[in-house]
Amino acid sequence: MSAIGELQRLNTSTGGPPRKRDTKAALLFLLPWFAGLLLITAGPVAASFVLGFTDYNLIQPPEFNGLENIQRMLTDERLHHSLGVTFTYVFVSVPLQLAAALGLAMLLDRGMRGLAFYRSAFYLPSLLGSSVAIAVLWRQIFGAEGLINQALGYVGIEGTGWISDPDTALSTLIVLNVWTFGAPMVIFLAGLRQIPVMYYEAASIDGAGRWTQFRRITVPLLSPIIFFNLVLQIIHAFQSFTQAFVVSGGTGGPSDSTMFYTLYLYQRGFHSFDMGYASALAWLLLLIIAAFTAVNFWAAKRWVFYDD
Amino acid sequence: MTDLAERVAAPTAKVDQAVRTPGPWRSIAKHTGLILLTLVMLYPVIWMVVSSLRPNEEIFRSPGVIPDSFRFENYSEGWNALSSPFGHYLINSAIVVLGCIIGNLVSCSMAAYAFARLEFRGKKLWFAIMLGTIMLPIHVIIVPQYVMFSQFGWVNTFLPLIVPKLLATDAFFVFLMVQFIRGLPRELDEAARIDGAGHPRIFRQVILPLMLPALATTTIFTFIWTWNDFFSQLIYLTDPEMYTVPVALRSYVDATVSTSWGSMFAMSVVSLLPIFLAFLVGQRFLIKGIATTGIK
Repeated sequence: MSAIGELQRLNTSTGGPPRKRDTKAALLFLLPWFAGLLLITAGPVAASFVLGFTDYNLIQPPEFNGLENIQRMLTDERLHHSLGVTFTYVFVSVPLQLAAALGLAMLLDRGMRGLAFYRSAFYLPSLLGSSVAIAVLWRQIFGAEGLINQALGYVGIEGTGWISDPDTALSTLIVLNVWTFGAPMVIFLAGLRQIPVMYYEAASIDGAGRWTQFRRITVPLLSPIIFFNLVLQIIHAFQSFTQAFVVSGGTGGPSDSTMFYTLYLYQRGFHSFDMGYASALAWLLLLIIAAFTAVNFWAAKRWVFYDD
Repeated sequence: MTDLAERVAAPTAKVDQAVRTPGPWRSIAKHTGLILLTLVMLYPVIWMVVSSLRPNEEIFRSPGVIPDSFRFENYSEGWNALSSPFGHYLINSAIVVLGCIIGNLVSCSMAAYAFARLEFRGKKLWFAIMLGTIMLPIHVIIVPQYVMFSQFGWVNTFLPLIVPKLLATDAFFVFLMVQFIRGLPRELDEAARIDGAGHPRIFRQVILPLMLPALATTTIFTFIWTWNDFFSQLIYLTDPEMYTVPVALRSYVDATVSTSWGSMFAMSVVSLLPIFLAFLVGQRFLIKGIATTGIK
């Protein structure tokens, strides 16, 4: 079903009887992909590893400086701060987003009236959410005189400038990410459809309440999909950039409160042209994402249930 | 769990009536809740569309969506606010989008055919690498990629945005198409082979026509993602002549600093319109696409 399930299966499948090889045709069909792997993906990943140990400003040739970039990372307080901001964002917004997605997917019963309408309406923000236009809108909505504060004014509450206040700026971006729960919701919907209705019928005959049914039937049978969404959304959230960039006018402010890791990387690399350090930062991001994905896969053995 | 299911398999219809059907009040309450939530979710976007037709002062006074006065000048002002008319940026974006769609369709379908239908040494390993690149953040490769493309003299051209797509680097689509081709009956290939067709011909004349739904899904996702993509366009396009819609919109926001929200909203609406149309036209493929591969 998913790329992740596919990866988990790769080392267990035995394959059929050996077949004739079509090496020549394969080379022909894979030529663009191989070129892309070499020049656009794997090559640059390796190059960025090497550049991570250099001082490089694009004009002079890169100069090896040993472990200087790593030492700099250890003492770079803005980096530590941006890691904190990013972790907060990922670990608050992803669970909220997935909870909303699962909750609504469960509310939308099979064959209910208006299902297609609700599904589309909830899905639309996922398509719009990463655009600059929506970030512009967010800047107004959560501004000091924005839509939220106008609405609050009607009930007599005076709101702050949500985006200009360092204490609340990040939460506006979290709200934005939760707003895009539609994409994981559609995946959950597809997964829920795979669970036979008779399981629930059997359980309710045996006197199981809704909560028990949810815990004993829905969660175990849906767990591969929950896992898939979790891995995907965490990776996705770590890479968020546009919204923080536009909402803060490219600064990551106020007081670095929206300084996402990717935004910091962009500033070092493409504002200060500090390409060596930016490469080291890029590799740290790769390691962080890989570590979280690995932990996820490891933990999956304990809670993800495969019915095959 | 299965024997439990078997025990009640017979009286299913009755059980369904007795246990699953909620009362009418419950259903009404549920629909009311869902409709309210839909309104809350879409309210900001609707409000933006209405506000794009309001005078600036009113945007900061009217949280409602009943239009009180119309100011169509917002659109003409926004259209002409930057160094080129906004249409110029729309065309730039359209060129990039078109290039990316063609690139993805050609290169990803070729790679997918190889992974789904051909036997070659190390196939499993290459396939695993391909799946791994799906999860590779662009930030990890952007610095060396930028260095390379700037040495080619490609900064401020659309090539750094389009050429990677011609090289099947959007591995998600390769995966989507592999899954699709695997579902096609192999007998068709065999029949064509017996008739003397080689792989290029089987690919062009048998597989490609059958995988139109997968190609449609790829087209529509490539359209939306490329249209929205900001990071790489921001990095590679610094000359205002070459700006695409997201980069132009962002420069507008920074230049005006909240003095003319009306025209800024107007151009935001213009920039979202193609996405919305793509959504209306391609909904079926979008929903199917994310449901089968979990792409966003």
